[in-house]
Amino acid sequence: MLRFTVRRLLQLVPILLGLSVLLFAWLRALPGGPAQAALGERATPEDIEQYNRLFGLDQPIWIQYLRFLQRAVTLDFGNSTQYGRPVTEVFFERFPGTIELTLAAMVFAIGVGIPLGYVAARRYGSALDSASVVGSLLGVAVPVFFLAYLLRLLFAVELGWLPGSGRQDVRIDATRITNFYVLDGLLTREWDAAWDALLHLVLPALALGTIPLAIIVRITRASVLDVVNEDYVRTANAKGLSAATVRRRHVVRNALLPVSTTIGLQTGLLLSGAVLTETVFAFGGVGLALRDAITYRDFAILQGFILLLAVVYVLVNLLVDISYGVLDPRVRVR
Amino acid sequence: MTALGDVRRRRIDELAARAGQVPEGEGGVSLTRSAVRRLRRDPVAIAGAVIVVVFLLVAALAPLLAPRDPVTQYLLSEIRPGSIPGPREGFPLGVDNLGRDLLSRLVYGSRQSLLIGFVSTVLGVVVGMALGVLAGGLGGWVDTVVMRFVDILLSIPGLLMAITVSVLLGQNQYALMIAIAVVQVPVFARLLRGSMLAQRGSDYALAARALGVRRGRIVFGHVLPNSLSPVIVQATLSLATAIIEAAALSFLGLGDPDISRPEWGAMLASAQDFLSIRPALAIWPAVCIIVVALGFTLLGERLREALDPKFRR
Amino acid sequence: MSIEALPPAAPDRSAVPVLEVEELTVTFTRRGERPTRAVDGVSFSVAAGETIGLVGESGCGKSVTSLAVMGLLPRRGVQVGGSVRFNGAELIGAPDRTLRELRGADMAMVFQDPLSSLNPTVPIGTQVTEVLVEHRDMSGKRAVAEAADLLDRVGIPDPTRRLKEYPHQLSGGMRQRALIAMALACSPRLLIADEPTTALDVTIQAQILELLRELVVDTGTALVMITHDLGVVAGLCDRVHVMYAGKVIETADRHELFARPRQPYTGGLLASVPRLDAGRGTPLTPIRGSARDAIPWAEGCAFAPRCDNAQDDCLTEVAGSTVPLEYDGPGRELRCRHPLTYPRQTPAGAPSSGSTDSGSTSSGSTASGAGR
Repeated sequence: MLRFTVRRLLQLVPILLGLSVLLFAWLRALPGGPAQAALGERATPEDIEQYNRLFGLDQPIWIQYLRFLQRAVTLDFGNSTQYGRPVTEVFFERFPGTIELTLAAMVFAIGVGIPLGYVAARRYGSALDSASVVGSLLGVAVPVFFLAYLLRLLFAVELGWLPGSGRQDVRIDATRITNFYVLDGLLTREWDAAWDALLHLVLPALALGTIPLAIIVRITRASVLDVVNEDYVRTANAKGLSAATVRRRHVVRNALLPVSTTIGLQTGLLLSGAVLTETVFAFGGVGLALRDAITYRDFAILQGFILLLAVVYVLVNLLVDISYGVLDPRVRVR
Repeated sequence: MTALGDVRRRRIDELAARAGQVPEGEGGVSLTRSAVRRLRRDPVAIAGAVIVVVFLLVAALAPLLAPRDPVTQYLLSEIRPGSIPGPREGFPLGVDNLGRDLLSRLVYGSRQSLLIGFVSTVLGVVVGMALGVLAGGLGGWVDTVVMRFVDILLSIPGLLMAITVSVLLGQNQYALMIAIAVVQVPVFARLLRGSMLAQRGSDYALAARALGVRRGRIVFGHVLPNSLSPVIVQATLSLATAIIEAAALSFLGLGDPDISRPEWGAMLASAQDFLSIRPALAIWPAVCIIVVALGFTLLGERLREALDPKFRR
Repeated sequence: MSIEALPPAAPDRSAVPVLEVEELTVTFTRRGERPTRAVDGVSFSVAAGETIGLVGESGCGKSVTSLAVMGLLPRRGVQVGGSVRFNGAELIGAPDRTLRELRGADMAMVFQDPLSSLNPTVPIGTQVTEVLVEHRDMSGKRAVAEAADLLDRVGIPDPTRRLKEYPHQLSGGMRQRALIAMALACSPRLLIADEPTTALDVTIQAQILELLRELVVDTGTALVMITHDLGVVAGLCDRVHVMYAGKVIETADRHELFARPRQPYTGGLLASVPRLDAGRGTPLTPIRGSARDAIPWAEGCAFAPRCDNAQDDCLTEVAGSTVPLEYDGPGRELRCRHPLTYPRQTPAGAPSSGSTDSGSTSSGSTASGAGR
């Protein structure tokens, strides 16, 4: 298992190198180049020249890349033009919010999706089954940001049941420790702050979790339908095991294998969707910062955030891979 | 072998490996023909096809169907902050915040939305297939290099990738199409390569080799045609995602700024500000996007099942 | 596998049968399709210590019969009729709980493909102990010790290590032994083996069959052997029921059946097996066509289209009535209008009719799809 993990970790190296080349090249290819990107659109040619000399941009391209790589390894992506602060600092300040949001969305998608998919499969052809199939097709077809707006309009603006913007009510003066607002509230025993932050998560998480939910329902359903027809389930029944044991040990355990694979892929979907959802709900995570960076052409943020998010995505998939090795003994031997 | 890929790759490869197997008991009938036969009896596939055809017709006949010009501003005198005229005589769905006829914009919008969907998918398929054929057909170090590159592209979440490309290329409809296409490229490359590898290892390819058929002939004459079915399925599904993705990019301010070409995604994005005044402005383009995406998805899913021997129960 | 007979394991005919199947019918109904009758009035019984064979080509209904006996057919889309009595108790229509208590404990089953029949994500040990936990109220260490003992009994070396392994780490023969160990865990009175050796190498096949035979002899378990392999029948079964298109068409003791098959189908099966005592160059005589060519029993004899002995009255039947299964001498039953006949002292396996022309018969059996 350890060797498996180490090998997977080593396989990350070329991917990350490739990514860095790609994003390095991207910044060079932008109109105006990195100097314009760093100084903003009002920079004079003299400013740019001075900047280029200062940061060695008059050097050969491969030296420039090595310098970029050197700084990237220490998570130094320069300063944001918007905030005037290091990109990494902004990222780590904002990322806890996005983690909270994506986790909440994933809990929703998995918590509802797997049971729903299972029940739909066991009642194959029933009204519930048909509804789940139709729902899961629709769920994939709805633009995330439109759904987010609808939820917000209905439950926050019209009905007023749930908060519709931000991560926490501004009137709450909460102590910040980790920037995970819910966790902070729990750590400092400011229960109302934690509860308020949790309520702020509900609508964005529902919006963000819908597509993963649709996919998980569909895959669980298909997978359960496959597994119940497997020979080993027949064997389990032939052994006279109780229906509960057959379900738990033989059906669900195997049916969840393909589901667990897709969960890693959902992370990409969630990080993409977070940009849209956070924008609609003015939810202060990396997604909202990315949207602002697009609007204000803050290229340092764009470059740094996208590289960091890609690394997160790759790492999550690595984790899923490793956990897959735990779940499915056949993978381990490879 | 690279780390990320593994999960995503395994899924793509599974699809690839399953496709192209000849279902039992249908030895004589070509896979495509038997698939078409099954699709014709499948009400869900028919529903998908009808949706797609209707919208294609609307797009083709837009000038005949649209009651008004989609960019002319009408009823400007009646538009005030907080009030946008609703449906009335001559404006069946009302006008938008700039007084343009909503129905006409929806009708014309189908052109641009479908165009973006088709062009970006075709672009993604063509480039992806070229890479896939290169890797799957030549193998060896070419395969390694191409696949490493594809894995790097796969390691950036879809929309973030599209954002990067879009920022680089600027705001116009071609940039939009390319940005969406770039997201598809690695998927198709991986899919086709996996499918080709599965086919290359098959008995008939071995038989052809044993008979002394040249490699190029085997690859292009046998392996490639038999590897295409997962690509066709994925392309159909991609048409749906491309249209949704275009809407997302418009929403982020990376859409096509040319106002002479109405597009559902841009309409939906700009309508968000008026959602509480006139929700219809957002709901109609959203419904169009959802229905078209659903049409392509239904068609694609059923096509997958029809082409997949595993579903023949 | 040669048709070399092993010493018969003297069946005790007087004993009360462990399993009695009477007029079993299984009908599959699918929405939008005509119902198909997979098993059509099958009757047989097995006594303790006895081994019977259900023989036939794939699709003849022998596996469905066994699943119906075990109550393992899906509830939906399947109608089971007739009677299945286990130790005198009726199983058809019995509640699910009753069946689960019987299965694995008093009646057990071994399946054809040992790899797919084992759960790939659960260690072998758990798959054995779960039977002990369920039916013998064992737990923890005792169950593990008993499981190791069971693996040892079915001839798996180093059982303690094997318990921790997963199915894919075992060889094919070892997997089948593990499955047999699970089936034997509660010393069942009835064991149904559905093609237990088909997926295995020939040498392993013999070992598995020997294992099953020992089991019958040692514990007096009633064994129902489902197979298409006449070699298995010859080595193991006391009585044989030959099935075709969902019906039993011939029943006989093993020796009788091999010596004097009466149904042309049985004769055809025997003639299509290579024999060591036939001279070199003697052609095999395959049965022409395939099981798909069967006609409905309601229209006559389902085998008629493939039968060399078929005559007009095999097909033209009064609608609804069929060729009956009739007494055909002591211990024999036969469903045929024009059976093979034997002059006195004919050598075994050389029927006097039925092997007329074989030149055009092989067309149906060549592999299909070669021209694609």
